[in-house]
Amino acid sequence: MDAFILQVLNGLDKGGAYALIALGLTLVFGTLGVVNFAHGALFMLGAFCAVIVKKVLTLERVELDPTQLTAWGSPVEIRTHYIEEWFGDFGTLLIDFSVPASIFLAIPIMLILGIVMERGLIRHFYKRPHADQILVTFGLAIVIQEIVKAQFGANPIPQATPEMFSGSADIGVLMGFAQNTVVYPWWRIIYLIFAGVILSSVFAFLQFTTFGMVVRAGMADRETVGLLGIDIDRKFTIVFGLAAVVAGVAGVMYTPILAPDYHIGMDFLVLSFVVVVVGGMGSLGGAVAAGFLLGILQSFASMNEVKSLLPGIDQVIIYLIAVVVLLVRPRGLMGRKGVMED
Amino acid sequence: MSNETPTNNSRRNILKGTVAIAAASTMPLIFSNKAFAANYTNEPTGSTVTFGFNVPQTGAYADEGADELRAYKLAVQHINGEGDGGMMNTFSSKALKGNGVNGKKVVYVTGDTQTKSDAARASAKRMIEKDGAVMITGGSSSGVAIAVQGLCQEAGVIFMAGLTHSNDTTGKDKKANGFRHFFNTEMTGAALAPVLKNNYGTDRVAYHLTADYTWGHSQEGSIRKYTESMGWKTAQAVPTPVGAGDFSQYITPVLNSGADVLVLNHYGKDMVNSLTQAIQFGLRDRQVNGKQFEIVVPLYSRLMAAGAGENVKGIFGSTNWHWSLQDAGSKAFVKSFGKAYGFPPSQAAHTTYCQAILYADACQRAGSFKPSAVGAALEGFKFDGLGNGPTEYRAEDHQCFKDVLVVKGKENPSSKFDVLEVVEVTPRAQVEYEASMLGGNLGPYNNG
Amino acid sequence: MNWLNINKNDRNLLIGFIVVVLLGPLIMEPIGGGYPDLLQKFAIFGIFAIGFNILFGLTGYLSFGHAAFLGIGSYTAVWSFKLLTMNVIPAIILATLLGGFFALIIGFIALRRSGIYFSILTLAFAQMSYNLAYSVLTPITNGETGLQLRLHDARVVDGLFGVERTAGLPNTELFGLAMSGWNGYYFCGFLAIVGFFISLRIFRSPFGLMLRAVKSNQHRLSYTGLNTRPYTLAAFVISGMYAGLAGGLLAVTDPLAGAERMQWTASGEVVLMTIFGGAGTLLGPVIGSAVIKYFENIFSSFNEGILLNAFSFLPEGLQQAFAWTVGLFVGEGWHLTLGLLFMFIVIFLPGGLMEGATRIKSLFQSSTKGSPPIQKDLPVEKS
Repeated sequence: MDAFILQVLNGLDKGGAYALIALGLTLVFGTLGVVNFAHGALFMLGAFCAVIVKKVLTLERVELDPTQLTAWGSPVEIRTHYIEEWFGDFGTLLIDFSVPASIFLAIPIMLILGIVMERGLIRHFYKRPHADQILVTFGLAIVIQEIVKAQFGANPIPQATPEMFSGSADIGVLMGFAQNTVVYPWWRIIYLIFAGVILSSVFAFLQFTTFGMVVRAGMADRETVGLLGIDIDRKFTIVFGLAAVVAGVAGVMYTPILAPDYHIGMDFLVLSFVVVVVGGMGSLGGAVAAGFLLGILQSFASMNEVKSLLPGIDQVIIYLIAVVVLLVRPRGLMGRKGVMED
Repeated sequence: MSNETPTNNSRRNILKGTVAIAAASTMPLIFSNKAFAANYTNEPTGSTVTFGFNVPQTGAYADEGADELRAYKLAVQHINGEGDGGMMNTFSSKALKGNGVNGKKVVYVTGDTQTKSDAARASAKRMIEKDGAVMITGGSSSGVAIAVQGLCQEAGVIFMAGLTHSNDTTGKDKKANGFRHFFNTEMTGAALAPVLKNNYGTDRVAYHLTADYTWGHSQEGSIRKYTESMGWKTAQAVPTPVGAGDFSQYITPVLNSGADVLVLNHYGKDMVNSLTQAIQFGLRDRQVNGKQFEIVVPLYSRLMAAGAGENVKGIFGSTNWHWSLQDAGSKAFVKSFGKAYGFPPSQAAHTTYCQAILYADACQRAGSFKPSAVGAALEGFKFDGLGNGPTEYRAEDHQCFKDVLVVKGKENPSSKFDVLEVVEVTPRAQVEYEASMLGGNLGPYNNG
Repeated sequence: MNWLNINKNDRNLLIGFIVVVLLGPLIMEPIGGGYPDLLQKFAIFGIFAIGFNILFGLTGYLSFGHAAFLGIGSYTAVWSFKLLTMNVIPAIILATLLGGFFALIIGFIALRRSGIYFSILTLAFAQMSYNLAYSVLTPITNGETGLQLRLHDARVVDGLFGVERTAGLPNTELFGLAMSGWNGYYFCGFLAIVGFFISLRIFRSPFGLMLRAVKSNQHRLSYTGLNTRPYTLAAFVISGMYAGLAGGLLAVTDPLAGAERMQWTASGEVVLMTIFGGAGTLLGPVIGSAVIKYFENIFSSFNEGILLNAFSFLPEGLQQAFAWTVGLFVGEGWHLTLGLLFMFIVIFLPGGLMEGATRIKSLFQSSTKGSPPIQKDLPVEKS
C-alpha cells in the first residue's frame, strides 16, 4: 500500500510537469493552429533562467593569493560572493532561494521572448502547412539550444532547493502509516501544488475574463470572431506569450528535480506532443487530464511487480497508452472534430 | 502529368554525355589513388602522419569530448616537441624524441561521435577513407567504443579506446586492432568491494538501479559479483531507461524494500539526476536494519560529480585517474594541462592523452605504423610514469593493468575542481583477472 | 528509351540522375566529400527520403516513425549475414520485405487516423521499437552497441557452398565483389537509381494521381464513394520497403545495426530531409538528404587548426577573429548551422531547395516568356 501511494505521488508529480508543458502547447495549437516544436526550448529557457539567476547571485570577487599555487603553477584564487559581501546573511538567504526567486525573472523574460517569437516568426506561419511550421520551429529549437550549449556547456547544472525544503516530508504519518514509510520530498510536494495553482489560474483566466472569453471564442471559430471586429491577432500574441510563461515557470520550478542541460527541452518535446494528442488536439482540459494520466501510469509501470510480469513495460508505456487511446477514441480523450485532422 | 516546363534539352544532353565519358575515363584514377602500393591502410608516405580523434562534440557527453580533445592537442604538441613535454618527460620509455613519430610530424583530424554508434562509425570512416588517419582514438561510451573498434578492425587501422568502462571492450568484443588504457567494471568491483566492506561491513542488503544498456549491466554484474562474495545480499536490481531524467518512480520502491545500500549504476547525466533525486528522497538520512543507509556510485566522473555538487559528499566510487595524485607523471600532466587551459584535466583527458602517447611510442619502437607491428610493440609492454604507476598492456586482451583508485566525494572541497578525494589506491594484483574469464577472441591483426 | 515508357522530360531527369550518381566521386571531391562512406550515405539516405516522399509528398500523411523500418531493415540484413550468407542479395531482399511487412502492420493500424493523430501513432510505434531494441530485445539487437558480425556466426548458406572461413571477420560481398568502399557506393547508387525510377513511375501513374487526390482533399474523394485507405496503405508499405532497403544497405556497406537508427530523431531527420529538399518533388528529397549528410560529416570535422589554416592568408589578429567566428558554426557548432539553415529555407523557400532551383530557372525564363512557369511538382498547399 505504501508503495502504491508513493507511486501515485510520483505520477501526480510527473503529471504536473507534463500537464504544464502540454497546456502551453495545446493553447498555441488551439488558438493559433501552429505546431510549435520550439515549445520544449521554451521550457529549457525557463530552466536556464534559474541557472542565470543563480550565476548572477553567486558572482564572485576573485582575489589571487600569490603565496599559494595550484597544481599547474598559477596562484590560487580566493573567491567571495559579492552578494554575501554586500548583504551578509540576507545575501546567503537570497542565494539559497535562487530557484523560487528566478520566477520573477522568468515571467517577464519568457513573456517578452514569447511575444518576440510570435511577432517575428510564428505569425508568418499561420497560413503555412503544418510541415513548414514543424521545420521552422524545429530549426529555431536547435538554434536556441545550441546557443545555450555554447554558453553553458553540455553537462547538467543541478540547482539546489532552498535549505528549508531540501528534506522530505513524512506524510505517511498523517495517513496512519508507521514513521518513515511514506516520505516525499518537500520540493516535489511544492511542485505539485505549484502546478495545480498555475493550471487553475490559467483556466480561471480563460473562463472568467473577457479576454479569456474572446480567446476561447477564437479557438472555436476564429473567422467569426475576426468578423465581429475584434483584433484577434493581438489577443493571440498575448496567448503565445502566456504559453511561453507557463512553460518557462514550469522549467524554473523543475530545476531542483531535474538538473537542467541544453537538451532538456528536446527530451520533453516528444513526450509533451504525445500528451497533447492523447488529451485531444485543442482541448485544454484534455491536455491536463492526459498529463496526469500518463504520469501516473508511467509510475505504476515502473513498479517492480509490474516489470517482472511485463519486462520493459516502463520503457514503452507512454506510447502504448497513446496507441490504445487513439484507437479507442479517435480524437484523444477530449478532442474536437476537425482539429488538425487533415 | 506530361506538361512539364519545356526546356532546351538536346544541347544539355550532349553536354551530359560528354561529361559522362570524361568521367568514366578518369574513374580508375580514383580507385588507384589510395590503393597504390600500400603495405597497409593509410601508410603515411609524406612528412606527416595523421591521427584521428573521434570524440563526442554534440550530445550529452560533449563536455567530456571537449576535454578529450584538449588532451589530444596537448599530446600532439608534446610528441612534436612543442610545449613543456608533459608526461613525455616522466614516461619510462624514452623512444620518443620530441620530433614526431618515425621522423614524421604528427597532424590530426577530428570528428563528432554524437555518442551514437552509427555517427561514430561514419565519422571514423571519414577519417580513414578521406583524411588518411592511421589510428583512431577517443569516445566516451562503451557502445560507441565497441562499434568503432569493430570498424577499425575491418578497416585495418589501430583503435586506441578512450573513456570506455564496460568489460566487453576488451572482453567479449575485443579485437586485435583495439587497445584500452581505461579500466573496466571488473576492476571497479574488485577494488571497490573491500573498501565498502571496511566502511559498511559485510552484512548489507544492496538495491541496484542500473542504466539499461551494455555498460550498466556490465557494472551491475561486477559489483554484485564482488559484494555478494563478501556477504552482501542483493535485494533487487532494476533496469532504468537511459536518459529517464526523473527517476522518482524507481527510487520510491527502494524506501521500504529492506535494502540499506543503493548502488547507482548510472553515468553522466543519469548519475547526476538519480543521485540528486535519491538524496532528495532522504535516503541518506534513513536508518534501515539498524544501519545508516548508504549510496554508492561505482564509476565517478569528476566533471559530472562537480555538477552534482553537495550531493556527492562522502559517496564512494572508483575512477581511473584523478588530478590530485602526487606522482611525478600526474603532476607533470596537471601542470602542462592546467597551464594550457586554466583548469585541471579530467580522467577522460588523462586516458586519451596516455593513449596518444602510448601509440606514438609504440610506433617509434616498432619503426612502423603497420598495425601488426605497432600491436606487437604494445602487447606486453610495461611502462611507468603516466600517472597510474607501473602498468602493463596485457598481450592476451589488449587491456592495461594498473592500480585502481577508490575515491569518495570530498567533504570540504577547496575549489570547484576539488570534489573527489582518493581514499585508496588498490594495487594492480588485487584487480587482475584471467583474460579468458571475459571471453571473446582477439583474432588476427588486420593491416588493411 | 521508349521501353521505359516515360516522357522526354522525365527521361532527361533520369539520365541526369544516373550521370550524377556515376560522377558522384568527382563532383564531391572538390568540396571535400569525395570518399566512399559519405557517398554511400548520400545514396542510402537518398533512397530513404525518396521512399518517404512517396508517402508524405504525395498523400500528405506525415509519418514520424519511418526510422523504425530503417532499423528493421538493418537488423534483418545483419542477421542475414550472420545466419545465411555474406552475400548481400538475400540481405537486401529480406530487409526490403521485412520493412514492408512491418509497414503493413503499423500502417494498417496507424492509417485508421489522419493528421497529427496519424503522426503520433507512427511516432509511438517507432519509439516503442527503439526503446525495446535498446533494452529488452538486446538478445536480438545487441542493445546499445548494435548488432555486429562475429567470427563464429553460423552463415549456413555460405557453409553449404563451401565458402572458406577467414581468420578475421568476413566482408559483405556481391558474388565475390567486396561491398565496402567504392564498390559499395556503386551498388547503393545503382539501387538509388532503380528506386528513383520506380518513384518517378509512381508519381506519373494513375496510382500516384490518386495519392495526390488524397492529399488535396480526402473528404471529397470519399464522398465519391471511394475508399482511400487501400491507396494510402499501399503508399505506406512502399515507403516502408524503401526504408527497409535503405536500412539493409546501411548494413551492407557497414555491417552493424544500432538501435539509435530507430529513434524519433532519426525519423525526424528523414522528414527534415524531405521538406528541406522539397516535399512532393522528385529530386528534392535526394538533394535534401545529401545536404544534411554533408553537414553532419564534413562541417563537424572542421576544427580550430583547419580554420586557422584556411584563414592563414589574413593578418594574425584577423585570422584569429575569423577562425573564432566561423568556429561557432562548424565543428561542435554544426548543429547551429543546420538549425539556421532549416529556418532560412522554410522562411524564404517554402517549397524547399527545389523551389529555389525553380525560382532561379524561372528568372532566366521569365524574360522570354513573361510569366513564371507552373511547377506541377510543387506540393499542394493544404488548408
